[in-house]
Amino acid sequence: MTRPLSTRQIWGMPILLSFLSAVGLVSALLGDGIWDALSWVALATPPAAIAWALYRPAR
Amino acid sequence: MMIATLKGWYFIHKWSSLVCTVFLLLLCLTGLPLIFRDELAVWLGDAVEPPEHVTATEVVTLDALIKDAQSRRPHDHVRFLTLDDDSPAWFVSLGKTLTAQDNSALFMYDARTGAFLHDPPTNEGLMNLLFKLHVELLAGLPGTLFLGAMGVIFLASVVSGIVVYGPFMRKLPFGTIRQDGSFRRTWLDLHNLLGIVTVLWVLVVGATGVVNTLDRPLLAYWQMTEIADMITPWKDKSVPAMMKPVDDVVKTAQAAAPDMIVRFIAFPGTLFAGPHHYMVFMRGQTPLTERLLKPLLVDAATAQVSDARNLPWYLTVLLLSQPLHFGDYGGMPLKVVWAVLDVVTILVLVSGLYLWSKKRNMSVEQLLIQTESDREMVPSSPQGTVLP
Repeated sequence: MTRPLSTRQIWGMPILLSFLSAVGLVSALLGDGIWDALSWVALATPPAAIAWALYRPAR
Repeated sequence: MMIATLKGWYFIHKWSSLVCTVFLLLLCLTGLPLIFRDELAVWLGDAVEPPEHVTATEVVTLDALIKDAQSRRPHDHVRFLTLDDDSPAWFVSLGKTLTAQDNSALFMYDARTGAFLHDPPTNEGLMNLLFKLHVELLAGLPGTLFLGAMGVIFLASVVSGIVVYGPFMRKLPFGTIRQDGSFRRTWLDLHNLLGIVTVLWVLVVGATGVVNTLDRPLLAYWQMTEIADMITPWKDKSVPAMMKPVDDVVKTAQAAAPDMIVRFIAFPGTLFAGPHHYMVFMRGQTPLTERLLKPLLVDAATAQVSDARNLPWYLTVLLLSQPLHFGDYGGMPLKVVWAVLDVVTILVLVSGLYLWSKKRNMSVEQLLIQTESDREMVPSSPQGTVLP
């Protein structure tokens, strides 16, 4: 763990989660039903990532 | 990144956060129940929902509702009629005068039967207190604008937080939370993780919150420019002796904007209508357009449309910012997600304060070394050091 991580390793997940958040924020504005459901799932990914970091099995 | 550049951004992150954190905590704490404002208002007895099933007896006329509202408050003036967003209900709002700042009463009627449903309390109760704290720090417009300024500083704190995240995370895989006995290090990792994964939501809710602090100035500007412009040609006309029924006015407006529905109607003599006219504000019917308004000036004597305008761009921005700040546009699950993200933000704020209290005297170089899990030294010469 002494080598610095690559830009992709540092920013990959934050950028992916931000993209999903943006999808979630916009989709519920575009329609109801399936668009709302997409919004719930997409915006739940950041809390899910936190839960994963807290409760993942010890490596 | 040059260590000097990093120091600059770290300085911005630290000081912008210190300035706004207390206010942001207040906003997040009061905002949490406000996400469920409608549900809590019903639960607390401040609001009711129309019954699910009714037997509609005869055609409901708006004039009958107005007459009933007027009889309950003989000395007040009927100012606005508002159709509820998501339930079949009309609200009649009255004021001590036509142009008073606040409502003196608000009466709720079933749109299908015309039955009087409720007299919600105005300007009192727990939810109202939370709302006033959240929106204006109990200090009116100056309080609102102050919170707007705090919001701008908060956005600077979030952006600088993104910039310093990279250098601080160059040795730690995403999601690392070290639980090696150092309480401070565990909370540093949590602060970084919780902050970065929610950053887009926080930026959007923060920026739209700042836009919302300008709602009163923007509405006042609209009223003084475009609305005044619509009314001016009739400003010397008096109130017509014979007014057409409001129901005719609604029919006219509906025909003039067939793909829209009525949001609210301003009565002659109020700030948003002329002396001789009703102003009917129509709204769209999709999740994107349901908050956008189109004003139709309808002659009170003839029930004919005199003028119609589109919404200016700045009000479009304001009205589209509202759902993105409130989180009320995707049903209960979206509200729950909103609440979870709000709680995460509270944790980021509190952990930031805690970390600051524990490391006030450390330099950025020392912090970088402490942050990384090994003990490798970071060269401390101010120039020429490039971090990835």
